[in-house]
Parts: sequence; structure tokens; C-alpha cells
Amino acid sequence: MTKLVKPYGDTENDGKVQLSFTLPVEWSEAADEAARQLAGKMGFADVQVVDGRRVASGFSFFVLYASTPQAIDVESVHAPSAREHAMSMEEIDAFVAERIGRKVRVAGACIGTDAHTVGIDAILNMKGYKGNYGLERYHSFETFNLGSQVAIEELVRFTQERGIDALLASQVVTQKGSDIKNFTALGELLEAQGVRDNVVLICGGPRVTNRLASELGYDAGFGRGTLPSEVAAFIAVTLAERLRARSRA
Amino acid sequence: MELRIDRAGVDRCRTLAAAIVAPVEAFITAHSTVSVERAVLRLLGVDGITPEEIPLPNAIVDSIAPGERGHGVAIAFGKAVAETGLDPLTLAEAVGAGRYSIAEFGETPASAARGALRPHVANALARIAAQREERAARLARLPQLPPPLLYVIVASGNIYEDRTAAVAAAEAGAQVVAVIRSTGQSLLDFVPFGPTTEGFGGTYATQANFRIMRAALDEISERLGRYVMLTNYASGLCMPEIAAMAALERLDMLLNDSMYGILFRDINMKRTFIDQHFSRMLNAYSGIIINTGEDNYLTTADAVDQAPAVLASQFINEEFAHRAGLTDSQIGLGDAYEINPDLEDSFLYQVAQAQLAREIFPNAALKYMPPTKHMTGDVFKGHLIDAMFNLTSVMTGQSIHLCGMLTEAIHTPFLGDRALSLENARYVMNTARHFGDEIVLRPGGAIERRAQAVLNGCEALLERVAAMGLMHAIEGATFADVARTPDGGRGFEGVFVREADYFNPFEESLLSARLPV
Repeated sequence: MTKLVKPYGDTENDGKVQLSFTLPVEWSEAADEAARQLAGKMGFADVQVVDGRRVASGFSFFVLYASTPQAIDVESVHAPSAREHAMSMEEIDAFVAERIGRKVRVAGACIGTDAHTVGIDAILNMKGYKGNYGLERYHSFETFNLGSQVAIEELVRFTQERGIDALLASQVVTQKGSDIKNFTALGELLEAQGVRDNVVLICGGPRVTNRLASELGYDAGFGRGTLPSEVAAFIAVTLAERLRARSRA
Repeated sequence: MELRIDRAGVDRCRTLAAAIVAPVEAFITAHSTVSVERAVLRLLGVDGITPEEIPLPNAIVDSIAPGERGHGVAIAFGKAVAETGLDPLTLAEAVGAGRYSIAEFGETPASAARGALRPHVANALARIAAQREERAARLARLPQLPPPLLYVIVASGNIYEDRTAAVAAAEAGAQVVAVIRSTGQSLLDFVPFGPTTEGFGGTYATQANFRIMRAALDEISERLGRYVMLTNYASGLCMPEIAAMAALERLDMLLNDSMYGILFRDINMKRTFIDQHFSRMLNAYSGIIINTGEDNYLTTADAVDQAPAVLASQFINEEFAHRAGLTDSQIGLGDAYEINPDLEDSFLYQVAQAQLAREIFPNAALKYMPPTKHMTGDVFKGHLIDAMFNLTSVMTGQSIHLCGMLTEAIHTPFLGDRALSLENARYVMNTARHFGDEIVLRPGGAIERRAQAVLNGCEALLERVAAMGLMHAIEGATFADVARTPDGGRGFEGVFVREADYFNPFEESLLSARLPV
């Protein structure tokens, strides 16, 4: 079964897209034409430069509409989601009480030099995000929010000392791949210390996807718009499965 | 547009802020820090690094026994200047290279040290005064556009790319350019040296980088016929040193909060209080406008709930600033447009808070920060929220306006993002320039009631803080739900008690040179 789709402007399969970009050239009619031809080289057809203007000396900004000849078979695309275990706070508390029988210890931090705690705070702080309470509010979790700029070594030491069940690493700054480097370093240090399998390892941040997380060897990744209960449910279900598998083995 | 608020309540808040700050000031004047002492050395002309790449101010301070620091590093260093006859920089380089040790000159009388430093102190103060006068002359010749001053951030990590972005932003209408620092610099207990091209989430604040950016902005200011201001960050562990460098290189604004580092960077509170005081004394003399960081209360907690804490922090920052000699026009008290945009009438709350600050601090250079917390990858909605923020700013007469980026929460701004953001601000502020003068707020209406509720909440909060004492209040998580202990946090080891004969040559001069508040 294939289902080919193209972007939808006002007619099926018209392939319409909107583009905007800056070119490092002084604006002129030739600059508009350069933008048009550039979009053509990108593979777009029916390119219209609907706005082109000078934004600074030596820089011009363009808005374009164009059609793409490409289509995508949406049936062939899979993106695993870590947000599938939908449960409310009360349901998660009941689930943990029944399946785990003790409090789950969760630690979270903004690792490396990143000082932006907005994501980790939204998930962990009592207040939560969008009316969805943070993990500190759950009876079933004991939560440690270590805050910003936490060294990876410190986080791993804390994990070992406190017997942490789930570790949340957050990265908001992504410049020059610093987020990937830090996530990777954390995973490697946990492996080196032989404690990787003791924790449900989760990364988060506005640019994080679950696919990226699995490539990095994490159990899950949560991106923009994630609710605390989605993270809580993932931790509870994953940890319960692990404990059950371990008790069978 | 005017709010009818309880003016007596405002007076009570100011009295409470004075009662809160007075005991902290008594603590401050009895102590110094390694960063204050390094700033003294920098002002004396000590700059550069040792062969091991340790900044010379650090190398000198670290070479003086902790027991000796209480007299002021200027005494020990001044003795060496007196005995060697070298100028401070040459001497520092010789110490850095191991050719002299500061300790060898311990027997020299302190009076000789003071005398030897006198011309170098006078020279530094003259350089700073010259920069202050240079700024005034340029502002007279190249007048700024009317406020709110449009302020943008550049943050590539590479000072030369930042320079390109800053010049482009100035051409697109920016009146203030801030070079955001590399993430983590606030926790470094030294200031990096030389031009830098590598940084994460920002560019290192170094004196060479300040100079590169100042030169570029001076050039574009001439071309545009309006003065473009330069901003950096006097926060973290090196507040006084950054203030010294900024004074020498004619920066125009510095982010400089009395409590931000304590709450949001876990920097020791004693260190921060002492450091902010000396850095603000320098800022006062150099004519630099400080920007305080109240926006952080709003990004880390709910903006509706935190409104009284923002106002309370503004009162405390104002009091600390006055005590360091800053005039009202140099005090850029912060606030931010961070209420959840989905909340019905959130715009009314934003107007209430912004107008309240304007009326309580009529002569302050109020700094208004854009929405960040509720910005998503939806650039179209983000651009609209920014427009509402721009409208609030112009109608309530804010002084410094940090332009919101439609790509907030996505990446550090592209050159094109900055241009779109500035266009948005210019359009809204032009189309609604005198809107605030034309409207009357309904007496007893939602905006006025909200403003009065925030003021009441602020007074109650300040009463609690005054009863506990500021340090204990911070320990009790009174601000931003964050608890810090008086001796905890980073940088506490760099705090020390002043001996009776403690000497900081600049402190004496700055106190006597204080401009009328």
C-alpha cells in the first residue's frame, strides 16, 4: 500500500511550498532573479519571488512560492513515538504503586554548559506545563532537579549514589552540535561506569526527537510540546517492564 | 494613560527596600572578593596572560597569600610598583613570567605603595572619564531615535561574525547591540583574553572583543548618523572585572543584577552582593546603563504569579543601584512579556505590569524583554505575539526594548530573523507611537485592579523579606522558588574580610567623584 502525497496549496498535488531566505548580496532586480534561479536549482518549479528587499548593506531577504515535483509515500514513513502510553497523574501513581511498589527516583539536569532550564523545569517542577503537573507533584516519584550547567561526571556520580531509576538530560542550546556531544558523552560515561542499564535514560529539548534519542542509545527523546505526564508514563511503563524482565531472568 | 494606584503603598515599598538593603550594604563594606581585587589590577593597567595562559590579574591575586589579601591587593602590588619603578603592566608581566614575586616587597611601607599607585589611578579614572565624555559628545552629534530603543542580540560564538551581524542589525534599525556571552562564561572565575572565534550559544566577553565591536559600531553610527549602543554582561563570577573592561572600552550598557547570579547561576550570595556593589560603582562613574534581570523570574515560573516578585526585585535593584551611585537614568529595571498567550486578557495583565513599572520608576531606563517561554516552532504565531509585545512597550513608554525573534526557541537568530524582528518593532511602534497618550484606563477596571493587586503583593513580599533579612529570605526560597545558603554556591572561597587598613584606591576616588543622584 502506498499513498503518495505532495504539499497542498489550494489544489491536490499542486506541491506548493513557501520559502524565505537571505542572500549575502545587495538588493537589485538581478538579486530577485538570482533567488528565483536558486530555488529552481533546489528542484522547485513555478518559482515566484513574491518579495525581495534590502535588509542591510550587502544582504537581501526574499519570500518565494514554488511547486515541488517531489512526493512522499506516507505509508512508508515511521517515526516511533515515546508518547504513546497516555495516562493521567492519578493513573500513573496507581500504576507505579501496583507494578513497582516503591517510589521511582528521577533525576534531571541541564547538562554541560547549558543554562536553559525551561524544558527540564516544565517536566519536573511541581507546577508543570500547560496545566499538566510536573513530576515533583506525583506521589510515585522522588524527584531531583539538579538545575543548570551540571557536569556529566557529577550527574553520573549522583545517579550512582542515589540509586536513580530514571535520568533526564536536557539541552536547549544546540549551536555547533553541542547538544549531541553532551548527550553522547553522558551515554558513554554511564556505559563506562557500567550503570547504563540501571537507568531509564531520557533526553529532552526543543530540537530532540525520539528518533534522535534512539540513534544516541537513549531509551526515549522528548521534544517541544511534551507534557510531564507523557514523560512520567514512559518512565513508569519502561521501568515496570524492565523490573518484570529482570525478575523473570 | 495613567493608573490610579496607592502612592503611599509605593512609598512604603521604597522604605522597605531601603530597610532590606541597608544591612547587606554594611556587610558589603566590610568585605572584598578576588574579582573586586582583579578589577582594581585591570584598572591599574594589568592586562594580558602568563606564558601558561593564566590572565595576569588572576596570577597576581593568586600569588598573594590569602592572609595578605585583607589589606587590599593594591597594597601588595603597589609596594612592588614602588620598589621596582615599573609600570603596572610591565611589572605584572614580569611577575607572570616568574622574574619577580610580589611577596619579596612585603617590608616596603604601605604609604609608598599608595604613592606609587597614585598616578596610575589618576590615569585610569581619566581614561574612563574621557570615554564617558566621548559617549556624550557622540550622542549629541549622532542623536538616537526616540525610545523604546530597539535592542538586539548577536550570538554566533565568533566575534567577527558577530560584527557582521551587528552592523547589519544597526542598518535594519537596531539602536543597541548586545553580544551575548558563551554559555558557561558566568561560571568562569577569570576573564578570557584576546579576540575569540569559538563559543557556544554566544561569544566570550573579552576586552579585545569589546574593542572590535565598539570600533565596528562607531563606524556604522557615523554612517547612519545615529549612535548605536553596545551591551555586554557584568554578571557571574567576574562582574567587577567586566565592568572595568566595559568602562575602558566605552560599552554603553551592562546586564548587572544584584541577585540574578545567586538565584539562577548558584553563585554565592555574599560574593554576588560584594561584586555587584563595586561593579555598579564603576558603572555609575563610566555612565553605563545597567540592565537588571527580572525577566528571569518570569521564564522560570508562572508569569502571572511572579508579577509581585518582579516588582519587589525592581525595588531592591533600585535601592542597591542608588547606594552604588547610579542615577535613575542609568537604572534599566527589567520586566518581560511572558504571560501565557492562551490566557484570556493576558494582554491586559501585560499592560498593567508594564505601566505600573513606568509609573513607579518614572525616570528609570526600563528594560522590556520579549516573550520566550511560550514561543514555539510556529514562527507565524511567534511573530504575532512579538507584535503584541511591541505594542505594549510603545504604549507604556518603555525605554529599552529587546526585540523578540520569531525564531525564538529554534536557533540563535539568523541575520534575516533579526531584520524581520526589527521591521515588526518599527512598524508597530511607528503606527502606535502616541497611542498611550490618547487613551484613558477605565478607573477601577481590570488593568487598574491588576496593577494594584501586583503592588499589594509586592509590599507583602517586601515585608516578609525585611522581617527575615535578605540573605535569610533567599535561603528560604522567597525569590523564584530557589533556595540558596549564605555560604553555599560558587565563588564563596573568593570572599574575604577587609582589615582595618584595607585599601582599594578606586573605591575612594569613586566615592568622592560620585555624580549627583
